[in-house]
Amino acid sequence: MQRDGATAWHLASAQAKAFALAALVAITVFALLLAAAGKDPLRAYADTLVYVFGNAYGFSELLVRMTPLVFTAVAVALPARIGLINVGGEGQLYMGACLATAGALALPDQPAFVLLPLLVMLGFIGGGLWALVPGVLRALHLVNETISTLLLNYVAPLIVSYLIFGPWRDPQSSFYPQSPAFADAARLPSFLQSRVHAGLLLALACLALYWFVTARTRFGLDMRAIGGNPEAARRLGIPVLGYILAVMFAAGGIAGLAGMAEVTAIQGRLVSELSPGYGFVGFLVSWLARTTAGGILAMAFLFAVISSVGDILQITQGLPFAVVNILMAVILFIVLGRQPARSTGR
Amino acid sequence: MNAAIIIGVVASSIMSGTSLLYATLGEIVGERSGVVNLGLEGIMLIGASTGFAATAVTGNAYLGVAAAAFSGAAVNMIFAYLVVGRGANQLATGLTLMFFCFGLSAMTGRPFVGTLITGLPRLPLFGLGSGGAAARLLSYDLLVYLAAPVALTVWWLLYRTRWGLALRTTGESPAVAFAAGLRPERLRYQALVLAGLLGGIAGAHISVALTLTWAEGMTAGRGFIAIALVIFAKWDPLWAIAGALLFGGAEGLQLQLQAAGAEVSPFIMNMLPYLLTLLVLVVWGWSRRTAAPAALGRSFVGVE
Repeated sequence: MQRDGATAWHLASAQAKAFALAALVAITVFALLLAAAGKDPLRAYADTLVYVFGNAYGFSELLVRMTPLVFTAVAVALPARIGLINVGGEGQLYMGACLATAGALALPDQPAFVLLPLLVMLGFIGGGLWALVPGVLRALHLVNETISTLLLNYVAPLIVSYLIFGPWRDPQSSFYPQSPAFADAARLPSFLQSRVHAGLLLALACLALYWFVTARTRFGLDMRAIGGNPEAARRLGIPVLGYILAVMFAAGGIAGLAGMAEVTAIQGRLVSELSPGYGFVGFLVSWLARTTAGGILAMAFLFAVISSVGDILQITQGLPFAVVNILMAVILFIVLGRQPARSTGR
Repeated sequence: MNAAIIIGVVASSIMSGTSLLYATLGEIVGERSGVVNLGLEGIMLIGASTGFAATAVTGNAYLGVAAAAFSGAAVNMIFAYLVVGRGANQLATGLTLMFFCFGLSAMTGRPFVGTLITGLPRLPLFGLGSGGAAARLLSYDLLVYLAAPVALTVWWLLYRTRWGLALRTTGESPAVAFAAGLRPERLRYQALVLAGLLGGIAGAHISVALTLTWAEGMTAGRGFIAIALVIFAKWDPLWAIAGALLFGGAEGLQLQLQAAGAEVSPFIMNMLPYLLTLLVLVVWGWSRRTAAPAALGRSFVGVE
């Protein structure tokens, strides 16, 4: 047992070293690119470090940003365990936000202890149902889930836009389309005068549950069997179809919670710009973490730091926030190139 | 519907369909060699931003399109190196490429937000002057006129040349291709260069001929629609023409109905192309007959 622990530790530290090297190379490449564009990368990096680690508020913002990433990464990791590729976190996030908003607007007078659990459930169901569509199509062998989840990502934000420009438009804000503000009872509580909110605890709970289910239960074992060889699993009597549906629903639900938390804790209303690509970043996080729970936690934190580079570039150097995608992608390029498919048996 | 709307629908179907056709053809070539590239959306974005920027700088839209084709092929070489040279997972690498290009195009396009350009010149057929419905229906830019011939050329390359046979063999079984003395890795690189060129042109057609603006993420999922179109077209360049027209039609109809002031929310209308794509995939999935290259998505690891 102790020896296993030691081996695991060696493995983890070797991986951490390899990853640190990849990140370092990526940071250098990105700096060169910024310099080529006439920007000042060193100042951007220094500004970021001062901003996020310089005071308590900056650090708390990291936790705020990390919250949706943990949700969306788990939403990718769970289906990955049975060999499904869910790239629809973005759409599922929007639909979770949508249904949670429906609840908050329909029940303005309920006390928080009734409303909040209900909104959490609605957020879960919204994202879950949205992911169930690709799940059903996959289970029936009709459409590959990668392409269907990707396509649905473009539909969900349009539904949100339709609602806030139409039926849910706040009559009091005539020029900016958004839903009416939620009642105080429908707001997830925040802590310590920061924007860190109860959604973080919910995200960590999801992550812990994900670890528990995959590592310590029969379901986790079944899922590993399906991920290894679905046909063999089916012959063993594992209900593969049921697993596909349940896993897609749960994964979408977890991504939906990210959207629920954004509207109930951060925005306090439904807006169109809910997510700067959290769903996609969740995919990168999960892939880099190789779907392990500990890895997701570490990578979500790291990508929250990297996102802050995007904020800094936007504020101080007039670049679009999306530029930081380059840095994230280069890290993954290096990792993908270092760990070819053949070594992981995929 | 009156004649003006119908002409508008046809004309904008052809315009939207053109970009989809170039993108689909590029993806077909890649997939025929056994490589599925989800980064197509990103390649189109790079094509759109580079094409727009080069047009704005040089004042010549043809140079813009050339720059877009070149840059599309260049970014696709990152993908090619990782999946062919390093055997990396194709789906993850493709999505990462999409992500990379999203950022890169946002950066290179930034100085050109709001810039005015002269787009690809319209070349009226039969010497029609400007104005009038006939002129609207029969005057397009060069890329539109070249789209169907390019599809024919790709078909000819794939089915009537030695290179095409080698490429398709690689897509069915790289091991067999290797045993037959072909070089699967080199063929895949060549296919991906061609795919990048076509993807770049597809993006450029949107920014340099259709919208005449640059906006972040402006391809809005057309790359993924094109990937679905490959399945619709059963990996056949000629069927891709029909598919591109159909999906261009969905987009064109939606644009024209909005312009005509239809009583439907524009957001609902904008969902049409994505939902239609999904619907077609479902119907195609129902028929169960797949024409996909057998080795699609697998990496070839040399002598096995």
